[in-house]
Amino acid sequence: MSVFNQSRKRVIQFIMLGTVLVIVARLFFLQVVETKYSKLADANAHLRKVIYPSRGIVYDRHGRAVMRNEALYDLMVTPINVKNIDTAYMCEILEIEKAEFLRRIQVAKNREGPRRPSVFANLLSPDMYGRLQESMYLFQPGFELVQRPVRSYPYGVGANFLGYISEISPGMLADTSGKYSSYQQGDYIGMTGLERTYENILMGQRGIQYLVKDNLNRPQGSLEGGIFDTAAIAGKNLRLALDLDLQVLGEKMMAGKIGSIVAIDPQTGGILAMVSGPTFDPNLLSGSYRAKNLGILLTDTVKPMFNRAIQAIYPPGSTFKPITGLIALDEGVIGPDFGFPCHGGYGLCGRFSRCTHSNPGHAANMRVALANSCNSYFMHVYRLSVDNKKWGGTKNGQAKWVEYLKAMGLGRRIGVDIPSEAMGIVPDTARMNRVYRNVWNSCSEMYVGMGQGQLSLTPIQLANAMCIIANRGWYHIPHFVESIDQDKSDILKKYKEKISVAHISSDAFQSVVDGMADVVTSGTARKAQIEGFEVCGKTGTAENTTIVNGKMVKLKDHSLFVGFAPKNNPKIAIAVVVENAGFGATYAVPIASILMEKYLTDTISAKRKPVLEQMLNSNTFSPEIKHKSKLDSLNSVNYAGAEGAVIMRKILGH
Amino acid sequence: MNRSQAKLTAGIDWPIFGMYLALVFIGFLAIFAAEYREGDHVIQNLLSQNKNWARQVLWFGVSIVLATGIWLTDSKFFTATANLFYAFGILLLLVVLAIGTGVKGSNSWLELGGFRFQPAEFTKLCTCLALAKYLSAMETDFTKLRSRLIAVGMVMFPLAIIILQDETGLALVYLAFFLVMYREGLPGVLLVIAFSGIVLVLSALLIDKFILLYIFTGVAAVVIYFNRYQIRRKKSRLVTIIAIWAFCSSFVMYVVPFVFTNVLKDYQVRRIYVMLGQENDPKATYNTRQSMIAIGSGGFWGKGYLKGTQTRLDFVPEQSTDFIFCTIGEDFGFVGSLIFLGIYVSLLLRIIFIAERQRSTFSRVYAYGVASIIFFHLAINIMMTIGLAPVIGIPLPLVSYGGSSLMTFTMLIFIMLRLDADRQMVLR
Repeated sequence: MSVFNQSRKRVIQFIMLGTVLVIVARLFFLQVVETKYSKLADANAHLRKVIYPSRGIVYDRHGRAVMRNEALYDLMVTPINVKNIDTAYMCEILEIEKAEFLRRIQVAKNREGPRRPSVFANLLSPDMYGRLQESMYLFQPGFELVQRPVRSYPYGVGANFLGYISEISPGMLADTSGKYSSYQQGDYIGMTGLERTYENILMGQRGIQYLVKDNLNRPQGSLEGGIFDTAAIAGKNLRLALDLDLQVLGEKMMAGKIGSIVAIDPQTGGILAMVSGPTFDPNLLSGSYRAKNLGILLTDTVKPMFNRAIQAIYPPGSTFKPITGLIALDEGVIGPDFGFPCHGGYGLCGRFSRCTHSNPGHAANMRVALANSCNSYFMHVYRLSVDNKKWGGTKNGQAKWVEYLKAMGLGRRIGVDIPSEAMGIVPDTARMNRVYRNVWNSCSEMYVGMGQGQLSLTPIQLANAMCIIANRGWYHIPHFVESIDQDKSDILKKYKEKISVAHISSDAFQSVVDGMADVVTSGTARKAQIEGFEVCGKTGTAENTTIVNGKMVKLKDHSLFVGFAPKNNPKIAIAVVVENAGFGATYAVPIASILMEKYLTDTISAKRKPVLEQMLNSNTFSPEIKHKSKLDSLNSVNYAGAEGAVIMRKILGH
Repeated sequence: MNRSQAKLTAGIDWPIFGMYLALVFIGFLAIFAAEYREGDHVIQNLLSQNKNWARQVLWFGVSIVLATGIWLTDSKFFTATANLFYAFGILLLLVVLAIGTGVKGSNSWLELGGFRFQPAEFTKLCTCLALAKYLSAMETDFTKLRSRLIAVGMVMFPLAIIILQDETGLALVYLAFFLVMYREGLPGVLLVIAFSGIVLVLSALLIDKFILLYIFTGVAAVVIYFNRYQIRRKKSRLVTIIAIWAFCSSFVMYVVPFVFTNVLKDYQVRRIYVMLGQENDPKATYNTRQSMIAIGSGGFWGKGYLKGTQTRLDFVPEQSTDFIFCTIGEDFGFVGSLIFLGIYVSLLLRIIFIAERQRSTFSRVYAYGVASIIFFHLAINIMMTIGLAPVIGIPLPLVSYGGSSLMTFTMLIFIMLRLDADRQMVLR
C-alpha cells in the first residue's frame, strides 16, 4: 500500500518547503526591505531626553547680576499612565488632600487630554522637589519632573529691555525659514528685549541624552554607554554697560511719571540706564507668575509693557535746537558768530511768531542763542540750511537736511540691541509733500527748527544726538551688551565702530557746546549743576496735542532735558522725557541731574537729597489714569528684586 | 570499551542527532538572550534556577536522560505499548480537564510536586504512536471509509479535549496528523478541500459578503456557460455546480458570521482580525506589532548577540516561550533567521527521508507524524511572530523555553531514532 502513495512524499515536501519559503519571503520583507521597523524599535527602546542648559546670566557693568536663573521643577502628569501608585504618599509630599489630587488629575485631563503631559504641580519648592526626586520611580510613568527655566531679577529692574522668555509659539514652529528649526514644542525662547536679541547666545546648546527604556517606559540606563549623547552647553553670560545704581534710581524716580530716561556712555555707546516709566518688576512675568500678571500688565492704563525709551515718539522741543545749529554749521550756511536780530518774534514768513525773549543781542551768536533758547534764531537757521543755494531748491535742501538727521540716527531705527524700536518722524520730502500737498517752502515747517511740527523723536535718538555733540561729531550705536563671556563671534563688532557724522571745525562745535554749558550755568537748566563738573544741557518744553472725540486737544507740555557731562571728556549723555509734566526744568532737569551726579560722583550730595526725595515722591499721572492703574499694587507684591531696595537705601543714606 | 561504545551508538542517525543538539543549543542561547541583563550573575542564576534559561539547562539534562532511556529500550516496546500510551494520555487530559491549574487563561497544566506539566504536549506523542499502531495493524485497510473514520477519530478525540482546556493552539497541532493520513492514502481531494476552506474563510473575513456573493454567482455563471454542452449531456454536472455555489455562498453569508459571533471567543476573533490586518486596536495588536518590530529591526545582519533592544527590554511578550523567534530575528537578522530555518528544513526533510526508508508501516507513520508535528509547530509559531498567523500559543519545537515541550519533542525524536536504528526489523 505504501508503495502506491510514495509519490505523496513529494507533495508533503512541497507543502513544507512552500510554507518555509513564504516565511522567508516575509522575513526578507520585514528585515531587509522595510526600514520602518528599526526606526520603530529605536523609538520604542530609546528615550531621547533633551537636557536644557541653563540660560546665560546678564551682569551690569560692575558684575552684579541683573538677571539670573533659578532651577525650579514642575511635576508633570500624563493621566492615562497614572495607575497603581501610592496616592497617599504623593499627597503627603505635595501637602495636598486626596480630593485635590483627584481634582488636579481631572483638570489635567480636561486641559491636555489623558495622553499628553500637563502640569500637575508647578515650581516645586526645593524640599518637595528633593523628596519627589527620590521616590520618582514609585510614580512613573504617570508622573515626571521637568525642569523649568525660570528667570529671576534680584534688583527687580530692567523689565522693558531685558524682555522675557516663554514657550515657543505654534506660529514660530510653523516657520519654514529654518530660524526655529532647532526648537521643539515646549521649548522656551526669548520673546522680547535682550532675551530675544541674544537668544542664540543666552540659550546655550541643548544636550541630548539617549536612554534605553523598557516596555514600561522605565529608563534602564544610557544607550551604549552614552556614546551618542551630546552634553548641554550652558548659555553664555552677557556683560552690560548698564549701571544698576542708575537703573534703580531712574526707575524709582519715574515710578509716578509717564516718560523715559536714556543714559549712554558717549565714549563707548554703552547704555548706562534705560527707563520707561512707569515700569513693572520683571519678576512679575517670571515663571508661573506670568500667566497671572501678563494680562493685567498688557491692559493697564499706564501701559507699563510699552518701552517708551525706544518706542514712544515725542516732539523734542527746544532740546532739538543744538541739532538745528549743528546742521547749519556743518552745511556752512552760518558760522558760530552768526547772529539774528530777534525782537521777540519771527516775522520773515509773513505771520509773526512770538518768542520768549525780546532783549537785543540775545541771539547775537550761536552760543548766546542756545543759552537763551531763541526760537526765532533756530527757525531762521533751519530756513537758511534748507534754502541753501548749494542744494538747488528748497525741496532738495529739505531732503539734504533730513539726510543730516538720519546720519545722526534721528528718524530711523538707530540699531540698539533690543527689538521693536520706533523710527520717529522727520519732515522728509515725502511727508512734506503729503502734508502740504506738494506746495511748500522753508516757511511751511519752520517750527522744526525749534523742535516742533513734523518732528517726533524717541528718547534714545535724543540721547544718541547728545553723544554726538559730547563727542564733537561721532557716536557708537547705542547698545546694552559690552561683552559676552567666552565668545569669539563678531556679533558685537558693529557696536565698537565709531560713526562720524559731522565735519565741523572744533571752533564751531565749541559754540554749541558752550551754549549748552551756559544753559546749565545761567539758563533754564540751572538745576542741573553738579559741583565740580561742567554740565552741558538743553531743556525742552514740548507742546503736544491729542485727539479726543475727534477734536484736536492741546495737552500739558512734555518736560524734556538732554545733556551730557563733563563738558570735556564726557562720561554720560542723557535724555529725559516726562510726559505732560510742564516745563523742562520742573521734572526732566532734576531727574537727569540726579542721575548724572550719581554716575559721576557715585553719590548724591546732601544738599541735593531733598530734590531726589521730591522726584521720588512726585506723581504726574492724571487722576483718572492713577485711579485706574493697578500697577502700583502689582509692583508692591515683592516676588524677588529685594536688592533694588538695598541700592535705594544706600543712596538715600537711610 | 571502544567496541561497546560503538555498539551503544550503533544505528543512530547522526544528522538528526546533530540538528537536535543544534536546535536545543540555539534555543538555550535565545532564551538566555531574552532574559540576560548586564550585571547578571550567570553562575548564581544557574545554581539558583531562578531564570528560564537556567531551568532550560535542567530540562535539557532531564531530556537527555529520557533520550538515553529510550535509546536503550527495545523498539518493540513502543509498538507494544502504543495503545497504552494513548489511553494514558487521554486519561491525563481528562484529569487535567477536571483538576487542571490555570496558567494564562488555559486549564491545561497539571501540578506535580512543584513542577507544572502540560499533558497536551505529551499526548501528541501518544497519539502519534497510537496512530502508527492503528495504521500498521494487519486488519486496517486504509482505503476503507471505516478505517479512515477511526483514524480521524483517534486524532480528533484529544483535540476536542484540549479545546475544552482552552488551549486552541495546541489542539490545532493535532490537525498535523492529517498530513500523515494523507501520506497513508487519505484522498488528496481532502487537502484541496481544506485549502479551499481556508481561502473561503479568509475571503469571508476580508471581503464584504455581498461582494463575495456576486463573485460566486458570476463564477458559477461563467462555469455553467463554458460547460453548457456537457451539462446538456449530463444534468448532474449542473447540480454539482449549483450545489458548490450554494455551499460557498451560504458559508460566507451565514456560517462564518455565525462561527465568529457564537462559537469563537472574543479574543480569538480579535487575534484573527489582527493577523489579517483588519483591526488596529493597539491592545490587540501589541504582541504581533512588538514582535514584528523586534524581528524587523534585526535587519540583514542582525544587531548582534545580546544587542537586541526589543527582546531584552521586555517589549516582546512571552519572549522565551511562544515568541522566542523574535530574539533570533533581532539578534541575528535575516541571515541568522535563514540559517535557523535552514536547520529546521533540513531536520524535516531528513525525517521524511528516514520515514521513507522504513520497512515497517509503524515506523514510517510514526516518523511522518514526528515531521508533521514539528512542521506544524514551526510554521504556526514563526508565522504568528511575523504577522502571518493569528497569535495562538504554541511553542517552537526544541527552541522555546518549557520542560513539557522540550521533553515531548526529545521523546518524539528519540523514539523515531530508535525505530530507525531497528529498521531492519519488521514491526507491527
